[in-house]
Amino acid sequence: MRTLAISKRIGKELLRDKRTMALVLLAPILIMWLMSVIFSANSETSATIGTVGVSSSITKKLDKVDNVTVKRYQTKSRAKKALKHYHLDAVIIKTGSNKYHLYYANIDYAKTALTKQGFQQALSKQQIAQIKSKITNLSKAINQINQTLPAGHKLQIKKSKSSSKTKITNTYEYGNKDTGFFNKIAPIFIGFFIFFFVFLISGIGLLNERSSGTLERVLATPVRRSEIVAGYMISYGVLAIIQTLIIVATSVWLLDIEIVGSLWLILLIAIVLSAVALSLGIFISTFASSEFQMVQFVPIVLMPQIFFSGIVPLDALPSWCTPLSQIMPLTYAARAMEDVTLKGAGFNEIAGNLGILLIFLAIFTVLNVVGLKQYRKV
Amino acid sequence: MLIDLENVNKSFDKQKVLNNINLTIDAGQIIGLIGPSGAGKTTLIKTALGMEKADSGVTEVMGTPMPNRKILGKIGYMAQSDALYDNLTAKENLEFFGQLKGLKKQEIASEITRVAGITALTAHLNKRVSLFSGGMKRRLSLALALLGQPKLLVLDEPTVGIDPALRKTIWEELKKLRDKGCGILVTTHVMDEAEQVDQVVMLMGTIIAQDSPAKLKEKYQVKSIEEVFLQAESEVLNNENAGN
Repeated sequence: MRTLAISKRIGKELLRDKRTMALVLLAPILIMWLMSVIFSANSETSATIGTVGVSSSITKKLDKVDNVTVKRYQTKSRAKKALKHYHLDAVIIKTGSNKYHLYYANIDYAKTALTKQGFQQALSKQQIAQIKSKITNLSKAINQINQTLPAGHKLQIKKSKSSSKTKITNTYEYGNKDTGFFNKIAPIFIGFFIFFFVFLISGIGLLNERSSGTLERVLATPVRRSEIVAGYMISYGVLAIIQTLIIVATSVWLLDIEIVGSLWLILLIAIVLSAVALSLGIFISTFASSEFQMVQFVPIVLMPQIFFSGIVPLDALPSWCTPLSQIMPLTYAARAMEDVTLKGAGFNEIAGNLGILLIFLAIFTVLNVVGLKQYRKV
Repeated sequence: MLIDLENVNKSFDKQKVLNNINLTIDAGQIIGLIGPSGAGKTTLIKTALGMEKADSGVTEVMGTPMPNRKILGKIGYMAQSDALYDNLTAKENLEFFGQLKGLKKQEIASEITRVAGITALTAHLNKRVSLFSGGMKRRLSLALALLGQPKLLVLDEPTVGIDPALRKTIWEELKKLRDKGCGILVTTHVMDEAEQVDQVVMLMGTIIAQDSPAKLKEKYQVKSIEEVFLQAESEVLNNENAGN
């Protein structure tokens, strides 16, 4: 009864705070859309390469490499001057037979990499062409030899089946050929938005109650400390559900992200995650004495969670990152979200991650209920 | 006995705030707690309510040792800060605290009408608190304390920022409640309010004087409680200096 009164009151306050509501409900749509634009942008790099003294066949092959343009220069100094003025991304100078010296602008490492890779490609194509011509010469020589040999002793070359083009068919378990990086991080961001907004709003909400004295006044009634925490949980849980629905709807219909698993499981993860974010927000608000100080916790509590929750694959990171990611609630929520959206995991498969989230929840909730003793000794 | 404090001591970080306090409040009594800032008035109130726990001594409210959660439903408490939800209307604030106090639905409706009448807020019930003036907020804060007709009222500076006419009505109302058998503990800075109480308690970490206003004035041979206060205070300070 008291729990409901508290959650109803918080709900009313939230609804009347139009700006916060707009932020909570519309900001994720805007940010998701912007991210999808950025991450699905044509990210191909192109490079302009100057060559000096490089044979025309290699130059041609280099020019044929995707996204590479070649300009031939007569002298080393002119090419290098162009590089200095950033008209070129790289210069290739032949310094001897089979010796090349490459100069890079190296402002954009991707262009440098493309040049290295493109030049290798051109060189190996050149080698293959040379081998081919050698083989042709060789078979001609064999034919000539065969003519001098008596019948029955002729050398035979088995003709391999003509090098007809290899056919490759692609089938995608998830998504289609346009599935990109954004699809991978979208589920993580669903989790992140919920975590971010619930953490910040509930933390500041309780902080206001502390500083305005309403918390003390509430605790001067026979309310249980646990009823206060539960009241907060219900109202912010509802907020998280609404927010999740909006984000999921945006992802599916506006951004065309395929969700393989069940929407109910995503909502379940969202509710559990919002409860964790809430309990953490309330807990952290104990250490803040103003809204400004609460916001200062964003880079400490929230930013590391984005980086270590799976946007960058963990096995690609140094080993000390692993324990760090294991103490972050968002890691487990992101894993569960990924499993449901990308792999269509069922409840049993995400139960482990949900369980760990519930442990986080239990720890922070107990700390919060005990922490309220600061205001009332029973 | 509504409140019974015996030999209560309380310190914060080695600093003694309450020193051997003995105080009882009975039904049908208004007790005025006066003292300079930092004298421990608010700490005394919070200890009596069980929001702080006394280091030693007996703290009982209505015969129950404090801190005790359930007994809080029988106390009307008004804090020094207004502590209201600004985004809610006055009525919603009243409803919310009525629910927390455990009042029934019909009770809440009739109680809101009653306390709004006492604090002259009936016309403003549906206004948001953010639009209230300082005095209106103070009145609403008092109205919250009166919800559920508690037997014991604990009011921390109830009339700050309230204009004289309304202050008078509020005091008349408090006296009416007292006559109905309510016990009231009130802190104040306004010395002419201290004249209206049944007993004045002067607090400076320890209780330095306690009696009815008339008797205190007689004892110190002065005309007002303000002078009593100043004399009592200087006596304590002189004693302290002599002790050093």
